[in-house]
Amino acid sequence: MGLPRLGLAARKSLKGYLYVSPFLIGFIVFFLVPLFQTIGFSLSELKIVATGYTVTPVGLDNYNTALFVDPDFVPILTSTIINTLIDIPAILIFSFFIAVVLNQQFRGRALARLVFFLPVILTSGVVAQMELNDVMNQALVQEAEFMLGGQHFVNLLLGLNLPQGFINYIVRVVDRVPLVIEASAIPILIFLAGLQSIPRDLYEVADVEGITGWEKFWMITFPLVSPMILTNAIFIIINSFTSPRNEIVQFIGENTWSRGGYGVSAAMSVIYFAAITAILLVVVLVTGRRVVYLK
Amino acid sequence: MSVAYKYRVRKVGNIKVAAFISKCSAWTWAVVRAVLLIGLCFMILYPLIVKFTSSVMPVDDMYDATVRFVPRSLTLQQYRIAWEWMRYPRVLLNTIALTLTVSLLQVTSCTIVGYGLGRFNFVGRDLVFGLVLLTLVVPPEMVMIPLFLNFRFFDLFGLIPDPGINLLGSYWPFVLTSITCTGLRNGLFIYIMTHFFRNMPDSLEEAAEIDGASSFVTFYRIMLPGAKPALVIIFLFAFVWQWNDRFYLDLFIRSSEDYLSYALQNFALRFVSNSPISSQFPWHYRSLLNNAGMMMFMAPLLILYLVMQRYFVESIERTGLVG
Repeated sequence: MGLPRLGLAARKSLKGYLYVSPFLIGFIVFFLVPLFQTIGFSLSELKIVATGYTVTPVGLDNYNTALFVDPDFVPILTSTIINTLIDIPAILIFSFFIAVVLNQQFRGRALARLVFFLPVILTSGVVAQMELNDVMNQALVQEAEFMLGGQHFVNLLLGLNLPQGFINYIVRVVDRVPLVIEASAIPILIFLAGLQSIPRDLYEVADVEGITGWEKFWMITFPLVSPMILTNAIFIIINSFTSPRNEIVQFIGENTWSRGGYGVSAAMSVIYFAAITAILLVVVLVTGRRVVYLK
Repeated sequence: MSVAYKYRVRKVGNIKVAAFISKCSAWTWAVVRAVLLIGLCFMILYPLIVKFTSSVMPVDDMYDATVRFVPRSLTLQQYRIAWEWMRYPRVLLNTIALTLTVSLLQVTSCTIVGYGLGRFNFVGRDLVFGLVLLTLVVPPEMVMIPLFLNFRFFDLFGLIPDPGINLLGSYWPFVLTSITCTGLRNGLFIYIMTHFFRNMPDSLEEAAEIDGASSFVTFYRIMLPGAKPALVIIFLFAFVWQWNDRFYLDLFIRSSEDYLSYALQNFALRFVSNSPISSQFPWHYRSLLNNAGMMMFMAPLLILYLVMQRYFVESIERTGLVG
């Protein structure tokens, strides 16, 4: 090719930039600039006029409106974040367990995998919304709630003398079982890939040494899959915080042209973005250190 | 001698007992596993089963308490009505055209970028990878209005004079965001491809280089065929997410009722209010109609999933989703 006479390494890195360039262009034009524009809009008032739009700076007014004037934003924001944080451990444990099971050899394994990944294609905003308005599906949900969240179940747990907080958590998670299963599809996929990547010879050595299955799990499987736990935690957070079914996302979307106008909605999304980033950082810092890498 | 003999008998006995116990526990686990998996699979499939049976159920069966899952007779009337009202053939073709365009472009661009990140060492590579992850963290709603304004008054970075071209209502916003990897969750696709290419053996590439292949030929002829499992996965994701998407449709295409996700919603909305149409049908019949509509919305995805599952389900093992 017509590349100038450069060293091999320099030429390779030039080619690298070439391959990444579509993303870099897109990142700047359709992501970074709009992101800064949003931050700019959040500090100003935006009006659409015939020839384009006008922007008048108003300082931190929009943030003030979002945080202290709007009666719905803060409650919805906190409840969304709390709900998601509660779901994360449940999804992680469930999907890890299912991945371990689906990784074993048994008849019908391909079929079971087929069904467990089905939620990937069935999770759709439109369908979910229609289910909410649909008589048949509502009857279904009530039936499931009766079976799962019923008083008998709570009584059983109370009879076991478990701590109240733990019981509340279990009941809440059980209530959300269908949601947890649905959200687990991609984490199961990621865990399964992680389980497959563990070198076979480690298990062979363990067999020769006469280690039990339980020890094998805690001393080989679990540490080597731990990077996946971090990946999955990040994926679950991102997935639920950016999903169109997320309450706060819907709230911000609906408010774009109403309420305080676009500026306030921009301020809300900046606050929300800051909250997600903070949560992700905490998760990465807390779990990141305990993760084991093979290489 | 007798001591040694006794010892041997005891040892053999222990081994037999241990073998028996381990056999028992293996069996118990197999049973527990089967029950658990069947139960969970049923939970996942249950809504789908209900949707399907109620979409082919005549309305009389709905009021019949003895009918649970299996309708007494089958009817296609709900499908006929949904077919007509959703303008299904036309809307389906529109949706397939848009979804295929977007997903193929996204797969192409994300694979190229993933290859660059996975196989080349250059200054700032980790930074670029970090930026890829950053695009995942930001909800698309956050850049919604700037994107809208961008495409409403598109000026190609100032090259086109004021007030720019209105690209909304065309495929262009989709094409432009897809070829630059800024479509829906494209960061995830880049992430998957990067890890996949990074885990591929160096020897393949070196052999191709020694044979005098250029870098693009190496990529296209050697690395790409090996990446088939990962390509299948990201294509499936891209297709499904675009199919279900209403956000970008709403933002970029003004006549979005020509696409399936909106047609379905409008179809359902006709029955919600006390519109003249809804009074033609008894309340419960509307539910049957809705279910037929949902089945027609999901059917192409289900078919695609079943066609691709052979690659999808068993090829996970070789994908480098590993982080």
